Amino acid sequence: MSVIATTLKFKENAHAALTDARLQGALSFSRNFAVRRAAAADRLAEFEALRDSARAIKDHTLTHLDLYLAAYEEKVRESGGHVHYAEDAEEARRIIIDLCRSFDAKSVTKGKSMIAEEIGLNDALEAAGMEPVETDLGEYIIQLRHEAPSHIIAPAIHVTKKDVEQEFRKAHRDLPANRDLSEPEALLAEARAILRAKFLAADVGITGANFLIAETGTSIIVTNEGNGDLTQILPKAHIVIASIEKIVPTLEDAAQLLRVLSRSATGQDMSVYTTLSTGPRRLDDPDGPSAYHVVILDNGRSNMLGGEFEDMLRCIRCGACMNHCPVYQAVGGHAYGWVYPGPMGAVLTPSLIGVVEGGQLPNASTFCGRCEQVCPVRIPLPKMMRHWREREFERRLSPAPLRYGLGFWAFFAKRPALYRFATDVAARGLNLIGRSKGRLKWAPLASGWTEYRDLVAPQGATFQRQWRAKSGATT
Amino acid sequence: MSEMPAAEKSSQEERRKVGLFVTCLVDIMRPTIGFAAVKLLGDAGCRVVVPSQTCCGQPAYNSGDRQTAKDLAKQAIDAFEDCDYVVVPSGSCGGMLKTHYPELFKGEPDMAARAERFAEKTYELVSFLTDVLHVDKVNARYDGVVAYHDSCAGLRELGVKKQPRRLLKSVEGLTIVELLEAETCCGFGGLFATKYGELSNAIVARKAADIGAAKVDTVLAGDLGCLMNIAGKLQREGSAIKARHVAEVLAGMGDLPAVGEPAKGERA
Repeated sequence: MSVIATTLKFKENAHAALTDARLQGALSFSRNFAVRRAAAADRLAEFEALRDSARAIKDHTLTHLDLYLAAYEEKVRESGGHVHYAEDAEEARRIIIDLCRSFDAKSVTKGKSMIAEEIGLNDALEAAGMEPVETDLGEYIIQLRHEAPSHIIAPAIHVTKKDVEQEFRKAHRDLPANRDLSEPEALLAEARAILRAKFLAADVGITGANFLIAETGTSIIVTNEGNGDLTQILPKAHIVIASIEKIVPTLEDAAQLLRVLSRSATGQDMSVYTTLSTGPRRLDDPDGPSAYHVVILDNGRSNMLGGEFEDMLRCIRCGACMNHCPVYQAVGGHAYGWVYPGPMGAVLTPSLIGVVEGGQLPNASTFCGRCEQVCPVRIPLPKMMRHWREREFERRLSPAPLRYGLGFWAFFAKRPALYRFATDVAARGLNLIGRSKGRLKWAPLASGWTEYRDLVAPQGATFQRQWRAKSGATT
Repeated sequence: MSEMPAAEKSSQEERRKVGLFVTCLVDIMRPTIGFAAVKLLGDAGCRVVVPSQTCCGQPAYNSGDRQTAKDLAKQAIDAFEDCDYVVVPSGSCGGMLKTHYPELFKGEPDMAARAERFAEKTYELVSFLTDVLHVDKVNARYDGVVAYHDSCAGLRELGVKKQPRRLLKSVEGLTIVELLEAETCCGFGGLFATKYGELSNAIVARKAADIGAAKVDTVLAGDLGCLMNIAGKLQREGSAIKARHVAEVLAGMGDLPAVGEPAKGERA
């Protein structure tokens, strides 16, 4: 593990997020994603069928992942590139740092990559004396703020326009102090001018990959800013970092997945740029890097193959699950405390850092099911969060009050006659206490409820009691 | 002639025997929802029975305690064995019975088959009325503007969406408006509401704001859990908007004290 996890403090993190007025204002934007996705899905008659085929492509690939990885590696080599396998984050960092050193790199531009976040690449590059430059606008903003992304496709969604202006004034000190940065266009123009110089000066460009194509040895990235193209074309070396499950068999398969990816993510039919890169610059290419390396990260994923969390490896990182999650929308991504937030993060995080550390996340869900409803590859996210809760329960990691409370309740629930008697007594008792108002401001063991909401008082005798009295049955 | 006329006899026998799974929340907190269900089913020609029952097991299932969930599932399957149908005035418990029971017994062929049969005959109350009994109107009056909140499990596990709206349109005096983000969770989530009280509160606050903005007198839902959460929040905020179970309104019991209101004769 390379990024420090604060997953265990989820509740504290959530409290901080809920009481941060600035953050709450910024998060309200995330509502728009759901509206746009729904409109995009409605515009495409075959969208649901495409989701089925997207799922089938990923399932097929995962079943034969070893073969497709080998085929991919072979094709990369044929095109003049190199493939490196990294078992964990540390190995991935070491491979990348060594490569950068071999190119005498001082400045390294980066396209957006969650794998880079997962392995803590920026810190490692800095420690090795190199300057990492994030070129995705959102990533650039949070790099200036020394923050991690709070969303897998909109890394700076927790930041307001005003915050960006502040950061830019602090960072870009040689620009006139009285310049007008009130409009987003002005901020964009400033970032573009600064980054343009960085692109030209970079020795190595690092990008992630949305897909690695076994058929051709190609990596594909999608961006809306074109920063990925400049990152990978201008420097002398291009390093791709991706995890093992990014492999798909053919270009045709990738095309199908692309059709659901952007629609699910931002509601776009396609991202503005879809960039394919295959090997280094060939003799007759007008431009391109002279060296091309791919670092493929496992970091615990191969342990998920064949197990009850394998479905999670279908994920194509669109972010739809978090865009539709009431918990994510309330607290934002940082509260989750590790690299991947939202429902996909709640399933993936315990898989990668362990249930002891990551177990809070799959518990922090209402199981509303909207994530599964919108997932382009139909990952049963609530079911897998429940599996994590089962693993916790088996290992007695669930909080003691929950376990004992459940045990107490189950004792009655498994004994219907006793249950009828006890619930009737409880219902009548609470009715006596609360009947004058119809509700309670406080109740034993329910402070998590009554601190924020009134608690309905029971009407009186239970239904079963009344029914039996009416129909003359005995208890 | 000592024998009953053949036609009458067969109609007696063919009256569908519907087992009401009343749910523990309704049983304990608001029995009138159970009686509303009995009335709606009776009006539609069903013979309603109430087998001995406790809880569907969902709190254990969602807390990772699979064994307790299975024990309670088996108890429910046994209790409703001789019913033609199992009807539940809740999408959440209905979803547990219909979609999660078969899942629980995967790998145990005998119980899995029983769970499948049980799931096949299980329905959420309102969708049972419309989809199985083909009820298309009710004889009820409710004067007010209402919003129907789609509870998550009913909507996504059981496909309950149009059915309650269709029947509500036949209620005299009632006008339905749609909420902004009607399909977004209210933040209840069973034990989630107390385990993550602050977070649950933030989610229901947003729901309460959307309900307030819709300018309705009443919010309806098919799940008492959601209603307790929404009503509890509205009341804590001093809102006068009432919360009721859809079955009560459809059964003409809309003059009962709303969820969280004092009984008649008591002072608020």
